[in-house]
Amino acid sequence: MAKEYITTRNIAGPLIVVDSVEKATYGEIVEIKTADGSIKRGQVLEVNRDRALIQVFEGTSGLNLGDTKIKFLGRGVEIGLAPSILGRIFDGFGNPIDGNPPVIPEKKSDINGVPMNPYARNYPSEFIQTGISAIDGLNTLVRGQKLPIFSGSGLPHAQIAAQIARQAKVRGEGEKFAVVFAAMGVTFEEANYFINDFKETGALERSVMFINLGDDPVIERIATPRFALTTAEYLAFDLDMHVLVILTDMTNYCEALREISAARKEVPGRRGYPGYMYTDLATMYERAGRIKGKKGSITQIPILTMPEDDKTHPIPDLTGYITEGQIFLSRNLHQQAIYPPIDVLPSLSRLKDKGIGKGKTREDHSDVLNQLFAAYARGREARELATVLGESALTKTDLIFVKFADRFEQEFVKQDPYEDRSIEETLDIGWKLLSMIPVGELKRIRPAFIEKYLKKYLKQEEEANASQR
Amino acid sequence: MEERTGTIVKVAGPLVIAEDIPGAKMYEMVYVSNKRLFGEIIEIKGNLSSIQVYEDTSGIGPGDPVFSTGMPLSVELGPGMIGSIYDGVQRPLDVLKEKYGDFIVRGSYEPALNRTKKWHFKPLVNKGDEVVQGDVLGEVQETLAITHRILVPVGISGKVKEIVKEGDYVVEDVIAKIETGNGTKEVKMYQKWPVRIGRPYLKKLPPVRPLITGQRVIDAFFPIAKGGTACVPGPFGSGKTVIQHQLSKWSDADIIIFIGCGERGNEMTDVLTEFPELKDPRSGRPLMERTILIANTSNMPVAAREASVFTGITMGEYFRDMGYSVALMADSTSRWAEAMREMSGRLEEMPGEEGYPAYLASRISSFYERAGRVIVLGSKEKEATLSVIGAVSPPGGDLSDPVVQATLRTVRVFWSLDAQLAYARHFPSIHWLRSYSLYADSLADFYRKEMGEDWIDMRKEAMRILRREAELQEMVRLVGIDALSSSDRLTMEIARSIREDFLQQNAFMEEDTFTSLKKQYRMMKLIHLFYEYAKEALEKGVDLDKIVELPVRVDISRAKLIPEDNLEKFDEIEKKMQEEFDSLIKEVQYG
Repeated sequence: MAKEYITTRNIAGPLIVVDSVEKATYGEIVEIKTADGSIKRGQVLEVNRDRALIQVFEGTSGLNLGDTKIKFLGRGVEIGLAPSILGRIFDGFGNPIDGNPPVIPEKKSDINGVPMNPYARNYPSEFIQTGISAIDGLNTLVRGQKLPIFSGSGLPHAQIAAQIARQAKVRGEGEKFAVVFAAMGVTFEEANYFINDFKETGALERSVMFINLGDDPVIERIATPRFALTTAEYLAFDLDMHVLVILTDMTNYCEALREISAARKEVPGRRGYPGYMYTDLATMYERAGRIKGKKGSITQIPILTMPEDDKTHPIPDLTGYITEGQIFLSRNLHQQAIYPPIDVLPSLSRLKDKGIGKGKTREDHSDVLNQLFAAYARGREARELATVLGESALTKTDLIFVKFADRFEQEFVKQDPYEDRSIEETLDIGWKLLSMIPVGELKRIRPAFIEKYLKKYLKQEEEANASQR
Repeated sequence: MEERTGTIVKVAGPLVIAEDIPGAKMYEMVYVSNKRLFGEIIEIKGNLSSIQVYEDTSGIGPGDPVFSTGMPLSVELGPGMIGSIYDGVQRPLDVLKEKYGDFIVRGSYEPALNRTKKWHFKPLVNKGDEVVQGDVLGEVQETLAITHRILVPVGISGKVKEIVKEGDYVVEDVIAKIETGNGTKEVKMYQKWPVRIGRPYLKKLPPVRPLITGQRVIDAFFPIAKGGTACVPGPFGSGKTVIQHQLSKWSDADIIIFIGCGERGNEMTDVLTEFPELKDPRSGRPLMERTILIANTSNMPVAAREASVFTGITMGEYFRDMGYSVALMADSTSRWAEAMREMSGRLEEMPGEEGYPAYLASRISSFYERAGRVIVLGSKEKEATLSVIGAVSPPGGDLSDPVVQATLRTVRVFWSLDAQLAYARHFPSIHWLRSYSLYADSLADFYRKEMGEDWIDMRKEAMRILRREAELQEMVRLVGIDALSSSDRLTMEIARSIREDFLQQNAFMEEDTFTSLKKQYRMMKLIHLFYEYAKEALEKGVDLDKIVELPVRVDISRAKLIPEDNLEKFDEIEKKMQEEFDSLIKEVQYG
């Protein structure tokens, strides 16, 4: 039987220091019995000879120096996994909160996981249709990708994430599909929004939820996404399912990380966040992907709210360097009542090129995408100029581009939260809008596609003009 | 041999402190605990040694043993490296997958070079020949594209006492014995070299030839020399990785070493799936036959990331010593610097700027200084080059970042990536006004000879137009486009044409991804001619709007899609351009 130590020497914030420990190891989990008999858990952060530094997950309130008993369990944090985990709701530390008994595990896994061998990876290239034009058409999501939503406080990121979870599908396949949802430090209302939305659409039975609310222990947040991702790996690579992981809100996670770092008195990096935050985030984001020879996949949609909408803040900045693109929400569009308020210019999907085109979406997708981007960028630039100098300062062509940019936002980007557009519909809206622009300016589209796809819209436009006259 | 051991006293993440390692040396390689995790001694204080461990240290604690090896962290150099994918400490990831599965298990180990594969060795010296270090003993056709030359190891010179006959050997076989003043030395097909020490050469020379990349903005405006150094800083999403991939695909180097240092796993997979299928435009062989990949992705242990750039550059130097031109891409050096910062923090060193260690700048410059055009060791005077291109990922794209600043002080080419260009999908998003190449002048002779006497002037003119455009844009922002004279508006049109029809290049379009120097010349010439004709037409009273709307402009904009084997098409466009201008001028003259 493992020894219990009563040699706690220091308690500071979420950390305690225990002396005279025999044989503690780095990363091992401990059980902490407080004076009133309740049990907390912690993890060894550092061990120096017989002294161990322990981070307490449930917070250190109620601990004292004399009566606290510490037991070292000799293993890392683990989660019990079995197919029956689907449909369950847990707290941020993997305890069921849906009133049902714990899952009887078939397998136990360390929540930290191990890095995937890059050689074993399979390059993500299967198009996921989300039914949202701004994503499907311009920032295409593929299976195995990690594509975060960069949002701000007050923007409808939760609705977008829920819409993606509702509508996401790979076309022409009836494969097993699951959603793993991890909430870190969100409000009860936000968590409840997801639970209800999943319930209403029947998605709950193929979901696993880990909920750490704003008033739950901060330190638990470090573990919550890791529980979710370990579950996702099990569903994807042991049970061959296609898993969509939604992590919200990564900003709260990073703040928890900073809190621990400060408690440990580490040298702070930018804005007080620890220097290893990049690596720490990477060990989670990189758990998305596909493996050669395995059927399942993990697609990640982390959500983060940018403090002051500033994308150079360390959290979005480091995230952007790890993830394969980002979906950028714009306050400006939101104020114009455009849903989803996705600003397509700073948004990006790095994996789109292999996921679109003939056999995946449609042959003209790549050209249309490039042209829509270029035209919208030019229209926006001209629109800014017009606000300063007035429309008379613009050339005739630039005026057309301004009109294009307006219609692009109203017709292409804007759609209903329950509108599920097919990729063909999305591309056709794109063509319709491009038909406003003189053909000579469509430099990014191969002439053959102009011939094939643009003609009918040009004719419509002519007819419309004729009837006006 | 009984291994000598020490005992762990402290574990904090990737840093382990052990006491009483007998004969501990700086940068000595050790195995930590009975799990035999790979580590390196980075600090010695009395009987305590600090060890950076290249694998996750969970489950390791005080009392566990540390085994010393007496060897510094080294790489194996020999046949079998080409086409491989290694991690930061040269473990072969393909072999690890076969043996241990899809995830990287701790303590897994496999030698970097296959011990059982036979290579066909052809001797090139005879018994009795005098050889010096760096001389070629024989060769192995490693891939169809690359002949692997087996060199006399550094530090060995003398008479060949034995050399094996042509035949098939494994890397461990002794292929020669050399009698030196210091006894007889056995030479195998592979050798080991400590990664933190640069391999020696005879003499360093200034670079004189460009590394031709097929990327128009680079070759035409900001060339890098063979043996030169370049850096690509930019915020995320500005296309650093695509540029690095493009360079490793299309550069006219003999060997490419690509280091994925703390970056995305899927990017390495992309290279692994794409390169075997792409053909080198010069040799016609799959690109993988000249490529070595080093993948230490962001989720792999941070200490191995610190080692990965040294592992890569040592391999580069080894191929350079065979006489090849080698190009090394490191993506991204910021992650390497962060790994240094993390280790430094755990060592509780006094931090410098932004928490980076004070020795950041000297480490960066000592890495880039291993590049160069050199005369390699050996009795025959042989020239070879090692070029280094490093991506930098500054936080928020802010160029005042210490890593960017330290890098800029040492590299000669600066490709500044711009987020605004990337948003407008102008790729490569290398900003023409902020970037520079200090090689542009020393390479001018080469360009005159290869591309035509007027190339340098055309290039300067184009740059002048782009600069002028930036000034004019300021004016337009204040007073509107109508306030500009026709000739200024023409300049803006031409600048737009240079940007869109020349500088923009689509890496994902087959016809556009690589442009030969010849085609670059023709494309530039087309825009240049149009400008000349247009100026003349303006003088003769032609309305600017008519010039701008000439049909030939569509041809100019599509010129990038003209296939490399059909460059005569340019003659047709030039002719069409002349005709259209002639008729415009006629219209004015005869009403």
